Amino acid sequence: MAPVDKSKVPWWVSNLIVPLVNLTLALLVSGLFIFIAGENPYEAVRLIIYGSFGYIEGFAYTLYYTTNFVFTGLAFAVAFHCRLFNIGGEGQAYIGGLGVFLVAINFSFLPVPIVWLLSIVGAVVFGAAWAFIPAYLQATRGSHVVITTIMFNFIAASLMVFLLVDVIRDTAQMGPHTVALPKEQWFPSFKDFAGLFGIKIRYSPLNISFLLAIAASVFVWFLVWKTRWGYEMRAVGHNTQAAIYAGISPYKNVIIAMCISGGLAGLLGVNEILGVHHKIVAGFPAGYGFTGIAVALMGRNHPIGIFPAAFLFGILYQGGSEVTFDMPNITRYMFVAVQGVIILFSGALENLFRPQIESFFVNRLNIKASA
Amino acid sequence: MVSPILELTNINKSFGHVHANKNINLTINKGTIHGIIGENGAGKSTLMSIVFGLYQANSGTIKVNGKKINLRSPKDSIINGIGMVHQHFMLVENFTVLENIILGFEGELVFGKNLEKAKKDLKDLCDTYKLNIDLNSTISDLSVGFRQRVEILKSLYRGAEILILDEPTGVLTPQEVDELFKILRSLKAEGKTIVLITHKLIEIMDLTSEVSVMRQGEMVGHTKTENTNKEQLAEMMVGRSVLLRLDKSEVKAGEVLFSVKNLTVKDDLDVTRVKNVDLEIRSGEILGLAGVTGNGQTELLEALSGIRKVESGEIYLEGKKVSDSQNFLDPRELKDKGLAHVPEDRQRMGLVTDFKAYENLIFGYHDQQPFSKSSVLNHRDIISHSKKIMEEYDVRPQSPNLITSNFSGGNQQKIILSRELNENPKVLLVGQPTRGVDIGAIEFIHQRLIDMRDRGAAILLVSVELDEVLSLSDRIVVMFDGKIVGEKDNKNVTDRELGLLMAGVV
Repeated sequence: MAPVDKSKVPWWVSNLIVPLVNLTLALLVSGLFIFIAGENPYEAVRLIIYGSFGYIEGFAYTLYYTTNFVFTGLAFAVAFHCRLFNIGGEGQAYIGGLGVFLVAINFSFLPVPIVWLLSIVGAVVFGAAWAFIPAYLQATRGSHVVITTIMFNFIAASLMVFLLVDVIRDTAQMGPHTVALPKEQWFPSFKDFAGLFGIKIRYSPLNISFLLAIAASVFVWFLVWKTRWGYEMRAVGHNTQAAIYAGISPYKNVIIAMCISGGLAGLLGVNEILGVHHKIVAGFPAGYGFTGIAVALMGRNHPIGIFPAAFLFGILYQGGSEVTFDMPNITRYMFVAVQGVIILFSGALENLFRPQIESFFVNRLNIKASA
Repeated sequence: MVSPILELTNINKSFGHVHANKNINLTINKGTIHGIIGENGAGKSTLMSIVFGLYQANSGTIKVNGKKINLRSPKDSIINGIGMVHQHFMLVENFTVLENIILGFEGELVFGKNLEKAKKDLKDLCDTYKLNIDLNSTISDLSVGFRQRVEILKSLYRGAEILILDEPTGVLTPQEVDELFKILRSLKAEGKTIVLITHKLIEIMDLTSEVSVMRQGEMVGHTKTENTNKEQLAEMMVGRSVLLRLDKSEVKAGEVLFSVKNLTVKDDLDVTRVKNVDLEIRSGEILGLAGVTGNGQTELLEALSGIRKVESGEIYLEGKKVSDSQNFLDPRELKDKGLAHVPEDRQRMGLVTDFKAYENLIFGYHDQQPFSKSSVLNHRDIISHSKKIMEEYDVRPQSPNLITSNFSGGNQQKIILSRELNENPKVLLVGQPTRGVDIGAIEFIHQRLIDMRDRGAAILLVSVELDEVLSLSDRIVVMFDGKIVGEKDNKNVTDRELGLLMAGVV
């Protein structure tokens, strides 16, 4: 069939209808999985919706997951605009968490808001530093960041285990984690806010890091599309030869893009350390770094797309745990598979139905216009 | 007896905004050489890509020998006896001629009988059409002219009765062009049909028996070549009469603004491509650098503009040394000193084609006031600047927000040119300013370059188009195998003399 005239396709068809169709298909296929596993798909959907929206703590959990996915999704997107596949978000987040903790514990004599600010800086600096090494190797030696960043995830994990076991472990406890930060340093949680308005809710990990995620999204949008740095990064990403011709250094931009990316991933540590655990717990990034890749791809590397994509994955995480709780035949891994199907349909198979959908709408609109 | 071999009826094809082919009708008679001319962006390459099955038409019918056919891929075209020689050759460099030709048509798992038969058939074809190709030579050892012959042989071997050649002479020396034309004539004598896509009127007059003219996606005329002339064809192409000769004032060369002493440059593979070159360009003159592609012009331009490292020798701008093997200014520093560069390959180097037009219009100047203030881009000023400059340089369509790849080649070139000329540079390096650009735009671009020269700029023009070098330059140097092999005053030089220099014969 003939390709569609792209300029005639309304933006809402390519940016809303097509993703929605892909998502629906992914959910249908996932429903089939659940059916095969011997459970009722309708019931599973009801549980997902109830789990993620149905009660206030559940919804808070959804937003908490969203926060993490926004950070790692933005991290991947920034590097991608310079055509770098930073799949090291996991390790950068881990090291970012180390930065948060070290700053918070060592500057506890300062007023709390300043400690928070410095901790955020610590997260960014540590995350960026962890991304800097692969970036430097890519820029000077051509060592591919896909390889180096994934290796740096392992190095980060091993390093943190070493630190948590031998160096900064809370010696009064058995587990591989640090001592807790002083209570006044903990980020105000959603529960605290609700309490101010006289609403009593049970525990949920949602905290003011959510606002930081919104701020980070605005920052990324501004950086990539409104500043000279973003312009140069995109130029290098789209056409390195042309960038050199225009006097833009690919070397410098690869390093800048990767460091900003690593810094954003590091912010996950702020949510996890200041907001949730209040100490470093072994393995706290828990795969958010990897899921962030899917979030960025689904959100088309634009903050406006990444936010809803992160929210969707938040729903899946939270609703999914509700389902595994209530349905014995559905395990946690089942939901990893569901995520996989969504990534498949909105990533790899993204163009499966795009031409048909676009030409359908273009033809309908033409008929309307000529009528 | 004249019978149509290829008939196109009401062919339509659109890309994005562009209606590349509108209700095209074309009949090509068996055993003729049929020329198709038109400005770039007129839709000739699109049309031929439809005939070769690379694109599918949105509507319309194609008949070969009176039979309606459905072309879904090049394979369908080959089956129907249509072959195409592309502008950029589709050959595997480290394979032999034979291996390239049977690629995809091996026919058996272990080479044996079929291969022997193929060899024999190819030998016969070579003899019939005097192609003079050694089947066992490796492609990378062959000159461009021979590579083109391999492409022709490949099409013939696959049974082509209709051979489409897309701008076949762009990369050839004048002598190679003569050889090619001989081959094309002998093909015609053996009853093959040839479709020649070109924008060079002289080739149409030389070679074809019929000619079709395209303009802005439409077929505007068919005629027998003997019933027309260059001026008439040019007028049909652009829709108005054009000056083929440029009005140019006498050269008023001033002081030396840009000079190169004993320059040697290596390419990425460490091969020396520019060998001890000396150049001097004065204020108010255009120095033309002629040469066949691949004789070091690209590397020379890159070194002069600060993109490529200098191996030895020096470059001076306004008498001050800007580059030698130890220290060199990068492209941005050179820009600040008044050197602008229109690169040879606009899509590889001059533009980020995925960027919007306004982003490309400030490319390389994006860090200057008023485009950016303390690193934040000033969109309002950028857009108003873009609108102004697009109007001034007649870039069509005049929409700064359109993605650059949606502009035609000529308009992309205007985007680059407007960007580089707008800064009023003292020295301008221009590579292939009109490659793949339509006649109307060529005239415009040439006039702009002359204006720059008259305002006292020193211009280095690198072009493979001899006509262009001859009509623009005040002095001409010829580059062959990395060396400057001759310098001529434009007043007393013929294209034959230059052609021999370009071919390295003298």
